[in-house]
Amino acid sequence: MSVIYLILSNWNFIAVIMLMMAGLYIVISNQNFIKKLVGLSIFQSSVFIFYISLGKVSSGTAPILTGSPDTIYSNPLPHVLILTAIVVGVATNALGLALVVRINEAFNSIEEKTLLSLKIEDSRHAYEKDDSVK
Amino acid sequence: MLIFNNIPALLVAIPLLVSAVVSIISSARIAWILTFSTTLVCLFMAFELIDIVSSKQTLTYAFGGWEPPWGIAFIVDSVNVYLILLVAFISVIATIYAYTMLAREIAAEDLSKAYAVWLLTIASLFGLSMTGDAFNLFVFLEISALSSVTLIALGAGQDRRALIAAYNYLIIGAIGATFYVIGVGYLYAATGTLNLVNIIERLNELGTNQAAITGLAFMLAGIMVKAGIFPVHIWLPAAYSYAPSAVSSFLSAVATKVAIYYFARLLFGIFINITQLIDFFLLYVLMPVSVIAIFYGTIAAIYQTDIKRLFALSSIAQIGYITFAFSLNSHSGISAGFIHIVNHALIKGALFMAVGIFAVGIGKRATMVSLRGVGRQMPITFAGFVIAGLALIGVPLTAGFISKLYLFKAIFETGNVFFVAVIAISSALSVLYLWKIFEVMWLQEPAQPLKIEKEPTVAYISLWLMVITIAIFGIYSHGVSSSGMLAANALVGSR
Repeated sequence: MSVIYLILSNWNFIAVIMLMMAGLYIVISNQNFIKKLVGLSIFQSSVFIFYISLGKVSSGTAPILTGSPDTIYSNPLPHVLILTAIVVGVATNALGLALVVRINEAFNSIEEKTLLSLKIEDSRHAYEKDDSVK
Repeated sequence: MLIFNNIPALLVAIPLLVSAVVSIISSARIAWILTFSTTLVCLFMAFELIDIVSSKQTLTYAFGGWEPPWGIAFIVDSVNVYLILLVAFISVIATIYAYTMLAREIAAEDLSKAYAVWLLTIASLFGLSMTGDAFNLFVFLEISALSSVTLIALGAGQDRRALIAAYNYLIIGAIGATFYVIGVGYLYAATGTLNLVNIIERLNELGTNQAAITGLAFMLAGIMVKAGIFPVHIWLPAAYSYAPSAVSSFLSAVATKVAIYYFARLLFGIFINITQLIDFFLLYVLMPVSVIAIFYGTIAAIYQTDIKRLFALSSIAQIGYITFAFSLNSHSGISAGFIHIVNHALIKGALFMAVGIFAVGIGKRATMVSLRGVGRQMPITFAGFVIAGLALIGVPLTAGFISKLYLFKAIFETGNVFFVAVIAISSALSVLYLWKIFEVMWLQEPAQPLKIEKEPTVAYISLWLMVITIAIFGIYSHGVSSSGMLAANALVGSR
């Protein structure tokens, strides 16, 4: 009984963990560079939700001064931190997508498997060029 | 004076503002002049900081007058003041080096924008080494990651694989940074503060707290990714070997070092308070991992034929030496680690500079095949390269010897013969790969007459500035070694 209560009363953190694992799994397992970035976004968003639920004080209101001394406010600091983190996340995604565009231009593929086989050919090619010199 | 009171803020603000100006300038020459003068100003301010810290011990700069723990604070004490000087010094020399080398390796229209990103990297490294706020550190961590990813991707003009290396660094770095943020969240939930000094006080009041321990574990894991510590180093070899040479010499010299400094600060500033776990972590996690890193990096470097990748792999081994020194958990171990941070930054920076000059000279990637006989054609660079290489092994009269000396001193204090063998054998193994390069470059005949391009004089100057510094620090070692001692004193007290 107490286990069920624990789970139900902390459902927000359980959701965070599920999102976090899903995102991390996509980043690690997926071959496609864009899907990896999507996974990274999910992973980062889960951390944002984690912070936002940390700031919630039970029965607290929005942190705007009401004048009465016994108002309970939610903690605004984690929310402010996450505003910064969202900006950072957007910048990371934008740079990642720009790199994917450049990779597609340079290699005609954004699949990790194809690129790995290409890379080996590339480096072998470089050594052949060197060897033909001697 | 107003300016001197605000040095910690200005060290970040000036490169940041100049970077915005440089990004809209189209002339590469003016962009370089602005960048160079900015780094000179930063070097001057770093010397000023040393003056202030040696008289005042700890300088706390509260942004906007909001005293910590409420506001964001920059802390400058004996632990990081020499790191700031190191970053400032290497950024001056690397900027001199970039003058000719970046122009040869990336497209002319990208040059001024590259300098803008270069300045952004410098600003973020200063921020990383000064900030006393756990979340603020994450912001600087991401600025430094995004700007160094951009700089690494600029290597695509030479070799398109730079793009994939940059992408992998971005993804792995972002995962590392997110781990760090998760950790900060846990620590904030446990202590209710983000200020590093305040966190320590609250943790002492709390005693053992599961959330705080979990948070610290996440933070350490995230920082380990950025520092290139062994099991999570995988982004490092590709990123440093495909980046333009100016970028790889600058980043390999200081970017990982700043992360290692923060790793040490977390470890010995905060984590040390959780007494039941710190010994376990140092003895059963950090020490074995460092020993594996030392051997993995060295042996992988022996079998590597691409010279830039070889030195990137050897960086992993050298970072292993630093974390190994930390894992001894003694005053002399920590000071040995900080001494090696400074010395390895100089040595690896110089080596990457020399390899860059060779690659420009022969007009293709530096490999064991393409470098045959190049040493005799480019003797000035080769001489600098050999001195830096000897320093990497730890030959007397070079800075590397001082590092090894203090490392041995720390090991003898533990009285464990096995560790002496680890350092001795790995040093002997590093002779193997360096000798291989020296032999190829000096003794072997080139396959066909070499056409050496006109050598970039400015790049020589910066290489030799580094080499001379290595030699000076090898002979007059007092400055570096006392800086390491002072850092250890400030971190763990003079026990």
